Amino acid sequence: MSALTALLLPSILLLSAVGGVWKRVDVYQTLADGAGEGLHILLHILPPLIGLMTAVSMLRASGFLDWAAQAMGPLLSCLGIPPETVGLLLVRPMSGSAALGLGAELMEHYGPDSLIGRTAAVMLGSTETTFYTVSVYFGAVGIRNTRYAIPAALCADVVGFLAAAWAVRLFFPGN
Amino acid sequence: MAMTWLWLGMVALSLIFGWQNGTLEAVSAAAGTGAQSAVELCISIAGPLCLWNGVMAVLRACGGLEGLSRLLRPVLGRLYPAFREDRTVMEAISANVSANLLGLGNAATPLGIQASRGMAERSPGVASDGLCMLVVCNTASIQLIPTTVAALRSGAGCETPFDILPAVWLASACSVAAGILAVRVFARLWRGR
Repeated sequence: MSALTALLLPSILLLSAVGGVWKRVDVYQTLADGAGEGLHILLHILPPLIGLMTAVSMLRASGFLDWAAQAMGPLLSCLGIPPETVGLLLVRPMSGSAALGLGAELMEHYGPDSLIGRTAAVMLGSTETTFYTVSVYFGAVGIRNTRYAIPAALCADVVGFLAAAWAVRLFFPGN
Repeated sequence: MAMTWLWLGMVALSLIFGWQNGTLEAVSAAAGTGAQSAVELCISIAGPLCLWNGVMAVLRACGGLEGLSRLLRPVLGRLYPAFREDRTVMEAISANVSANLLGLGNAATPLGIQASRGMAERSPGVASDGLCMLVVCNTASIQLIPTTVAALRSGAGCETPFDILPAVWLASACSVAAGILAVRVFARLWRGR
């Protein structure tokens, strides 16, 4: 598996460059422009992260996160989800940057290659900021009666969290 | 506004729990280091995030988006039977899905809104089954290469940040399948009323 994923990255870099040359795209300039856009994204991420990571590290220091993990622990472990990710589960549908901050903190605290760190990463990678997306779409076209959209989207989120925990244990049995 | 309440709640909870557990000193120290770690985090993810954004820009410039949406159109026709004949809507939907697959969130949202405009014309003010499907598919992440998460992992000192890819794909597929199934089931239940 690791050899395959190790091959994947350089291959994507090469393929995109070859494809670009084939289509007569100025590959290097486009790459640099895109990387510059990345800086803009970063500038948008940073200000909310300052507030959120402050709040998250205060919550961790106060003992609240441990308490919440303990309170929800039996239910979550029963479902196969590491209880330490409880904050991430609650915040993920509401705020992308809060979830990013919590995920980063989990990876920092438990290590990116731990079961908890990996599960947090897969959870972040396989779900979206549901409430934000719903409000953007329905707001843009003036929908007032949203019918079953939100319950259906939350079904997808719950299955995503369960599947994330399950997939990490499947692909990384050593953890 | 929602964020204001979230922030207020988090700060209040940490004060209450800090007081109760006698960890107030640690809480006040954490307030300073938290802000610092946000900046450190952004610096540590800056490199990979910018690099992948650049690679995605190259992929888009060589027509990756158009090629992908041409491939997807027949499949998507099955998901949105009511709009199969509507060319503008189907084109916008397949471009939206392709942009989501490539992780171009900034491109995906306007395309999705364009599609939902066309859909909403038929049922103003009420979310039709097709529109619910579009929104639910957009709330489930289907990004092929989750670059931000990978950048986070390498920022935390991980040497193989992409080794979670198969797990992410599997979890995403389950989540999207559950969303589609939920829309199908709920559509039937709602109609019964």
